[in-house]
Amino acid sequence: MTHQEALYSYCLRLGDNALIQSYRLSEWCSNAPLLEEDLALTNFALDMTGRAQALLTYAGQVDGSGRTDDELAYRRSERKFRNNLMLELPNGDFAFTIARLLLNATYEYYFFTELRKSADETLSAVAAKTLKEVKYHMTHATDWTLRLGDGTNESHRRMQAAIDALWMYTGEMFETDEADALLQDKNVAVDMAPVQASWKAYIENVLKEATLTMPADGYMQTGGRKGVHTEHLGHILSEMQYLQRAYPEATW
Amino acid sequence: MTKDSQLATWEVFIQSKPGANYIHAGSVHASDNKMALQNARDTYTRRGEGTSIWVAPTESITASNPDDSEMFFDPANDKVYRLPTFYVMPEGAKAI
Repeated sequence: MTHQEALYSYCLRLGDNALIQSYRLSEWCSNAPLLEEDLALTNFALDMTGRAQALLTYAGQVDGSGRTDDELAYRRSERKFRNNLMLELPNGDFAFTIARLLLNATYEYYFFTELRKSADETLSAVAAKTLKEVKYHMTHATDWTLRLGDGTNESHRRMQAAIDALWMYTGEMFETDEADALLQDKNVAVDMAPVQASWKAYIENVLKEATLTMPADGYMQTGGRKGVHTEHLGHILSEMQYLQRAYPEATW
Repeated sequence: MTKDSQLATWEVFIQSKPGANYIHAGSVHASDNKMALQNARDTYTRRGEGTSIWVAPTESITASNPDDSEMFFDPANDKVYRLPTFYVMPEGAKAI
């Protein structure tokens, strides 16, 4: 694996995580429990679309293929997507969406804090911008987790069920492969061990304060890095890519 | 009309730039002050409209009663000497 291939794979992974997460959050448009929450979640989705745009554009440049962000987003098949499986799962109820946002935004907060120090200037600049956004996403998800976890019996039950169901998807966030190792040697990629430690400490605290139980680490789902996805990603892409597939090169 | 199930309302005031007056932007639903602040941010400052936000529970605002508007506001209307334009500038006064 060359440096170029490793960097392409790294950017694609970060870009796909942002893109797929954005898609799921945008599905809350007109469906959230409060108008204000509707605006908040879709606003987060727009933050993530911006991030995906920056990272996929960079991936296309690094790759040397000259593919644009749109081409990478709308013309790639399912097996070529590198996002974490957790992000493609259906939204479920509001508790499930909040639990996923908490687990992922916390991860992103610590991840991008480290990536800001990257030797790659583009990645470092994207990280600095993203950090401001995910800090807010994390705060928002934390507050809702406390409210729902320490709320009524029903909200507590739903929040706990969501955390339990999502837990086996959290291992994948901290996986590393050949690309990570290669880029870490050049101070481009993030060392995941401290990110995982900070993530776990924060989540443990929030769950405790929300009177929720942190699940024990058991079997962890994996596959996103290799393009092996759940059945849900195909459905996302069939909708998301429909226009560009039906009318290639269509523009506004 | 069904009962409002969307939590209590809060009034939102936004400062567009440091030093400027806070201007009423509208209201949001929220269960506590922290949530009110976040909802205000998400509802009214998504396109860079502000640098600072105040929120206050709607119920804590005391409003004037429309029935009192004659007593409150009309007396000011017919007294032109309350306006600076009523007074004629004296000849030769340059530094006013």
